[in-house]
Amino acid sequence: MTADVGRRAAKDNLFTADPGPAVEAQITADMARRMVPVLPVLVLAAGLIWGADGAVSAAFAVALVLGNLALSAALLGWAARISLPLLMAAALGGFAMRLFLITAIFLLVKDQPWVDVPALGFSLIITHLGLLIWETRHVSASLAFPGLKPTPSKLAGGRR
Amino acid sequence: MSLINTLAQTAPDEMLKGLGAIGAGIGYGAAAIGPGIGIGIVVGNAITAMARQPESAGMVRTTMFLGIAFTEALALIGFVVFILIKFA
Repeated sequence: MTADVGRRAAKDNLFTADPGPAVEAQITADMARRMVPVLPVLVLAAGLIWGADGAVSAAFAVALVLGNLALSAALLGWAARISLPLLMAAALGGFAMRLFLITAIFLLVKDQPWVDVPALGFSLIITHLGLLIWETRHVSASLAFPGLKPTPSKLAGGRR
Repeated sequence: MSLINTLAQTAPDEMLKGLGAIGAGIGYGAAAIGPGIGIGIVVGNAITAMARQPESAGMVRTTMFLGIAFTEALALIGFVVFILIKFA
């Protein structure tokens, strides 16, 4: 009986929109904010290893990663506002589309004189994984919703 | 088989280049399959959780978004291996 009620409730909830905040956009904005002080260091390191072309390629890779995350956040946030099955379609379709977009963008710029392929590739992986690990650390460390670490003033306000 | 032998004898460089391109393409495609399955599992479970407990949707979506991005890193690694083999 209880299981039936639970199943019915889950079925009803499947097609209702989630009115909550766009957490994906907030997380992406948080990651972009974190990237600002790291970007010069990454570009400088790539410049020292691969030269000026490497530095430009590293900056391009950072833009590619942030653009990819922003597109993913926009797609998932839009789909979650409509229905949960659409979220599934947006996640899988979005994955294929973004992979195709990254490949297409690379093929478009690969012959440009400023493109250094190893610098672009390694910066892409390091930036993507680094930002994600950093963000996950904050999410798991603070248990804050939606993953943004509360400021000390907010913590003090909450304790009062 | 004889065609491969003939190619290897007459144009070894072109054959190596061609085999490299085939390998890079297969590698990139194979590297995208795993993350595709992984994203399906992540999102499928997140949808189940949100349908059962809509009040926890925010937290589930946060975890789901990070999970998707982590899984996608595998495909990005495959992409980077592809461009390094093909274009570097």
